[in-house]
Amino acid sequence: MSNYNVLIVEDSPTMRQLIVFALKRIRGLNIVEAGDGVDGLKKLSATKFDMILTDINMPIMDGLKLVSLVRSDPNYAAVPIVIITTEGANEDKERAIALGANAYITKPIQTTQILDVARRLLNLPA
Amino acid sequence: MSEQDDDKSASRRAEEFLQVFKRGADFTQDLLKENERLRFSLLQLEGQLKSSSGVDNDETMRMRKRIEELEKQKEEILGRARRVEEENADFANRYVEIENENNMLANLYIASYQLHSTLDFREVLQVITEIIINLIGAEEFAIMLLDEKTNKLQAVMTEGLEISELPAIAIGDGLVGQMAKTGENYFIDQMDNYERDFHHPLVAIPLKIKERVIGVIVIYKLLVQKPKFAEVDYELFTLLAGHAATAIFSSKLYSESERKLSTIQGFIDLLTK
Repeated sequence: MSNYNVLIVEDSPTMRQLIVFALKRIRGLNIVEAGDGVDGLKKLSATKFDMILTDINMPIMDGLKLVSLVRSDPNYAAVPIVIITTEGANEDKERAIALGANAYITKPIQTTQILDVARRLLNLPA
Repeated sequence: MSEQDDDKSASRRAEEFLQVFKRGADFTQDLLKENERLRFSLLQLEGQLKSSSGVDNDETMRMRKRIEELEKQKEEILGRARRVEEENADFANRYVEIENENNMLANLYIASYQLHSTLDFREVLQVITEIIINLIGAEEFAIMLLDEKTNKLQAVMTEGLEISELPAIAIGDGLVGQMAKTGENYFIDQMDNYERDFHHPLVAIPLKIKERVIGVIVIYKLLVQKPKFAEVDYELFTLLAGHAATAIFSSKLYSESERKLSTIQGFIDLLTK
């Protein structure tokens, strides 16, 4: 199976651990963690990632700013981006999708939700 | 001429008659032979017919038997297919149950792991806050700890609220005070149309070390996408009641011991200098 590089940008260690825990059920994923948007951008410039999962509410740089910056980079114009957030209002979701997010998951999350979305966006069998 | 001619004529006619009779006899013989041959052929054909219809009957019987066997096999296969379908449905249900269990265990494992990952009091409170926001899905809540001097519950960490908004609650006072006194968890019966009331939260979870209550987690509002509690939430509340309490207690003890150690070290430094 091919290896995929996945970046998780989330300030909460609890959430990061839960997302990693869920994604580890997919073989061949190299998971890298970042604590905020700026840290995420640094890691994006160092490695080519196949998928990005990001929170919205984070210190220093929020997830929506990160999404717009990632989408402006031609190297990441098509990389799948998943938003995982507490913001459950429809307008938040629409805004994130308009900026270029591919999926929007609201907290509290089910590990199966993350797995399903990751498999779908990486074109992996269920 | 007349007598002689008559005799000759009679003799000729007799001869002719005999010839005719003889031909008739030959013809009759031929007919009899032909009749015999045809009867023999008929018997042969009847024999063949009989033997061939016997073969057909055997084949038919064999085929019927085979059809019956195949029908039985078909019924067995259909029965097995039905059982497999039922098993599949059962497995699908079990898969969903196992996934839910897995999700629940993942949440509990991570919550427990994070709670005991630090001995810093503020970090412990931060972890509890993260668990309540991210794993339970609460928007407005407070962690209240018992002040042993005043015997009142005092908010030490809040989310979606100001600490100053929350009143100090004496043990035994109101619903929150009662839950702190009895050590029992409280969940509101009807969440619809709930309006925030600091003395009557949606949820009150006493933080206990064995039977000793050291504080209470009170929740006033859930996230908009979280209409009600799930099974995993009750497990998380149970975990928080015990593990959050020990994590808070341990971190406080550690902070105190660090402070005392620092004081003693100061004295030692003074004495040795």
